[in-house]
Amino acid sequence: MTWQLDIPILTLVVVCAIGAITVKDLLGSAILFGAYSFMMCLLWAIMGAVDVAFTEASVGAGVSTVFFVAAVFRTTRRTKD
Amino acid sequence: MRYAPCVLILPMSDLITHIVANYNYWIYITLMMIGLYAIIAKNNLVKKIVGMNIFQTAIILFYISIGAKKGATIPIIEHAHGDHGAGSSAVHAIEYINPLPHVLMLTAIVVAVATLGVALALALKVYQQYNSLEEDEILDQIREK
Repeated sequence: MTWQLDIPILTLVVVCAIGAITVKDLLGSAILFGAYSFMMCLLWAIMGAVDVAFTEASVGAGVSTVFFVAAVFRTTRRTKD
Repeated sequence: MRYAPCVLILPMSDLITHIVANYNYWIYITLMMIGLYAIIAKNNLVKKIVGMNIFQTAIILFYISIGAKKGATIPIIEHAHGDHGAGSSAVHAIEYINPLPHVLMLTAIVVAVATLGVALALALKVYQQYNSLEEDEILDQIREK
């Protein structure tokens, strides 16, 4: 794990996490959560856990985002917080 | 535990160096607390589910970082198809990243997506019943009945 790659990606992970829970639109929240999962997948690939990284890329960033978007389309997009 | 007695004796600059050297653990704790805040304080049900997922991935990240080593490669044995006779060299565990946390966290990722599916299905049923995803509006409707 090298800090030149580590610190920018960790910063992006924290920014995506804060963005996903503060944005006032549920579809935007779902997309930001997908970006968060993908940054997390990069972090695991850097740490040498390649099996966990590609499972997260397919399951976390792929299937979870599809679930969130499907749920938002069947309910509502607006939120108060 | 091993560091606890040293920290009390060390001067302030060494303490700061110690904190900065372990910056990744502080960021994992920050991510965990962001998830916990979303679960407790957010009013929307989908935001709470996003917070639950952030909490789970922060814990998985912590476990994966425990298995990482400096100067080690991914856990696949090199030259495994070479000669297996007397000349073959022994496998040194220090050259490979520990694969045990990877296997455990692979299971945790699958469990996380299953809990996400169940939670979103429950949120969908709540929306069909009360026509809202906000927690306070749902509680108001329950109290009126």
